[in-house]
Amino acid sequence: MSGRVFLLGDGISTDAIMPGRYNVTTDPDALRRACLIEARPDFVESVQPGDVIVAGRNFGCGSSREHAPLAIKQNGVAAVIAAGFARIFYRNAVNIGLPVIRCEEARCVLRDGDHVSVDTLRGEITGPAGVLHGEAPSGVALRVIEAGSLLDLIRRGGWAALTEERHVS
Amino acid sequence: MGTLTEEIFSRRLGRTVHAGDTVVAGVDVAMAHDVTGPLAIEAFRQLGSPLWDATRIVFNFDHVMPANTVAAAELHRVIREFCVEYSITNLFAEGICHQVMVDRGMARPGGIVVGADSHSTTYGGLGCFATGLGSTDIGVVFATGKTWFRIPETVRIDVRGALPESVYAKDLALNVIRHLGSDGADYCAVEWTGEAVRAMSVDERLTLCNLSTDFGAKTGLVEPDEVTFRHADGEDVDLHPVRPEYARTLVIDAGALRPQIAVHPAIDNVHDIDEVAGTPLDEVFIGSCTNGRLTDLALAAAILSGRNVHPRTRTIVVPASRGVYLDALAAGYIEIFARAGALVLNPGCGPCLGRQHGVVGPGERVLSTSNRNYPGRMGSPDAQIFLASPAVAAASAVAGAITDPAHLEAVS
Repeated sequence: MSGRVFLLGDGISTDAIMPGRYNVTTDPDALRRACLIEARPDFVESVQPGDVIVAGRNFGCGSSREHAPLAIKQNGVAAVIAAGFARIFYRNAVNIGLPVIRCEEARCVLRDGDHVSVDTLRGEITGPAGVLHGEAPSGVALRVIEAGSLLDLIRRGGWAALTEERHVS
Repeated sequence: MGTLTEEIFSRRLGRTVHAGDTVVAGVDVAMAHDVTGPLAIEAFRQLGSPLWDATRIVFNFDHVMPANTVAAAELHRVIREFCVEYSITNLFAEGICHQVMVDRGMARPGGIVVGADSHSTTYGGLGCFATGLGSTDIGVVFATGKTWFRIPETVRIDVRGALPESVYAKDLALNVIRHLGSDGADYCAVEWTGEAVRAMSVDERLTLCNLSTDFGAKTGLVEPDEVTFRHADGEDVDLHPVRPEYARTLVIDAGALRPQIAVHPAIDNVHDIDEVAGTPLDEVFIGSCTNGRLTDLALAAAILSGRNVHPRTRTIVVPASRGVYLDALAAGYIEIFARAGALVLNPGCGPCLGRQHGVVGPGERVLSTSNRNYPGRMGSPDAQIFLASPAVAAASAVAGAITDPAHLEAVS
């Protein structure tokens, strides 16, 4: 996938992505239209399928509202690349099939509007300054992504499809 | 053996687990509310599976209750119909989901609870492992009774000494966020311990665990003790950390703390009250899953008794639940608030998330006892939100500006 970069800062909360006042629906198109409506008012009208969001630390912090990653996905965003993700947002994004990549330097190297191509499974971001190596989901999250979504994983084999892992330090 | 989290999961699974392990575990209860519930129901329906257990699924109407728009009424309708279809009787409209879960004994010491709300960590104040999940995860629990967990490392917060006068659990939690930053405990469990925590009521412990999610924690926990068991109708659970290994320990000298204020626009932009005292306020909100309990209302009532709120500062008080409301009525607090000129609204989330009453306009300043001050959280993105304890909120409502309760003039 390739597209343009929408560059955002640190601590972009789910309140910024999907403000509470707009988050009174499950309608995907209503959620799409309200995405980043105050934090980045030009986003919805200018975003194209394949574009990516690049952000700083703690992306998606705050409320557990899954409406936030859903709204980003509905806008055709190919991946969210951030220096760090809040736990629930990351898990929600993986569950619904919105690609997420942890990459510390992307926000420093890339500029708003840059054209990049992204390999979401390898976590590779290729832009004007070369290739950045981020961290794509692994472990259970990777299993969910391979299945397509959490619902797909459960439909195909239930929890038995998920082998538990013992951490080896 | 291990941390409280490792102990709870090892018992649940019947084998020893350690931080870093990935497990699939059954939960005691799955909770959703009026905003996250409909998406969870959609996810559940897409699975096409039978329901796991109608008695262990809980819905709460709190974020927009009573409905203020047709869209909100529609969310409620979807949930009501689902509950009728599947004979779910745990459908409550009597306050904030987290307080209702505690009031109704749905979260127990040593238990595991998941909720489609980030502040589900609150129940850790009772020694219950509780964490927030998204709607799809909760929809899957509706079908299977299980979810997957990565057993988290634990950050221990050892609070030594006693909190001074005018300093409360809220100030302690904000001070910890000041030290660790808004993602300081990301993916970790937090164990609150030490003399000052042991001395706290359940209400205050719930406040600590509630705010744990606001510095990234997956769960916040207080080791259950006599205080917990009295609250949990005498139920005694033998749960302690056993030779635990902590990822990090933060030691706080409770006696040195001043009232803390999280200043717009971030929860980790925390200052001693002295640095922002005098800032004029358009609104004060006393309530929320962080600070809407009886202990909180008692603090506010003690300050507002015999006083009036400042004419420029609309003051809104929202008891966290019907149980809290009834107790506050019996204690005379509600009359004190009404006589002081505060608006007392129905139990629920109130103005915290800017979706129903008490919405703030551009350029306004609001001091809230809730948990989030992101731009746009309570209304206009150009409003400024300050977070503080109920005592600071009440004193500030009287003065019309951010005020240390210790500096409020005596009632003449």
